[in-house]
Amino acid sequence: MKRSNAPIFWALFGAGGMLSALIGAVLVFITGIAAPSGTFLPREMLSYSNVLAFSQHWAGKGFLFIIIALFLWHSVHRIFHTLHDIGIHAGTGAKLICYGSALTGTLAAAYALLRIG
Amino acid sequence: MNTGNKVITIEVLRYRPEQDTAPVAQEYIVPFTDDMSVLQGLQYIKDELDGTLSFRWSCRMAICGSCGMMIDSVPKLACQTFLRDFYPNTVRVEALAHFPIERDLVIVMDDFMEKLDSIKPYIIPEKPRALSEGEYLQTPAERDLYEQFSSCINCLLCYAACPQYGLNSNFIGPGAMALLHRYNLDNRDSGKEQRMPLVHAEEGVFNCTAVGYCSEVCPKKVDPANAVNINKTESASDYFLRFVTPKGACK
Ligand code: SF4
Ligand code: FES
Repeated sequence: MKRSNAPIFWALFGAGGMLSALIGAVLVFITGIAAPSGTFLPREMLSYSNVLAFSQHWAGKGFLFIIIALFLWHSVHRIFHTLHDIGIHAGTGAKLICYGSALTGTLAAAYALLRIG
Repeated sequence: MNTGNKVITIEVLRYRPEQDTAPVAQEYIVPFTDDMSVLQGLQYIKDELDGTLSFRWSCRMAICGSCGMMIDSVPKLACQTFLRDFYPNTVRVEALAHFPIERDLVIVMDDFMEKLDSIKPYIIPEKPRALSEGEYLQTPAERDLYEQFSSCINCLLCYAACPQYGLNSNFIGPGAMALLHRYNLDNRDSGKEQRMPLVHAEEGVFNCTAVGYCSEVCPKKVDPANAVNINKTESASDYFLRFVTPKGACK
């Protein structure tokens, strides 16, 4: 019997799921509706300079990195298993595409956040 | 038997390997009374209409676990399901999903028997115990820990309900996991270390995608999904912590 390496993906999936359940909807609301439309929050909240300053602070960087990375790992895991559920027996190829894109997204986010300085 | 004057149509998925190349549906008109179970309907067919019909049963009271079948596509015990709940519609009865059919409503359950054997469903004492040492003592609180999981009657309804077992029968599955958990939780048992490799394995708990239908169909309220999920958490923490906690530290 081979030990499953699923706990790695399961833990990332679980962490991302917990996080998105807690703040996912409200994040969409703030960044997608409330601020851009200027209805509940000032429009300038998401102005270029504000967002830049946010992502230049170490705490802002950490927040953005965690949100992007964990949401990605959560969603690819869900997609991978849904493929299996609807009868597409995702083999190594689908696994590579799913988890590979999460890994690429994670690395790209880290790179971009570090470059912003 | 007082047959009353109500009749119900029971459609049975038949498979007789010596004459059928594939399973075929056959209808029977069965007189019934309100207190008759689906199992009694099948027994009526066998006794009065068609002696060639095959199905498993024994206790007639939801204890032996042998009469599991798909009733209108839901895994149920035939002895615990009443014909009156389907009347005036036809009730459709098929062999349990996800298992090969041996004959009519009888499934081949070798796969489960192997799985059951593999989880070592018996108490493995820490060291041999002589009869003269007397019985093991267990407090009600210690018994409560595992009692729910010990109610499993091996009826396999949970396997027929599990989409993951249906897709990949290598998965150890809900019922066997519930029993594995039952023995691991028993304070008279020291076999956990021998059983956990199965939980951690590729055939183990991580095949489960938390659908939960297994617990819904379980006739004994075992909640096998809960056993699987507790073991997922346990397996994941062991995966990450196995290099920091010395072996055997947990007990
Ligand atoms: S866990 Fe419930 S449904 Fe599954 S085999 Fe045991 S009694 Fe049947
Ligand atoms: S006949 Fe025993 S459970 Fe139905």
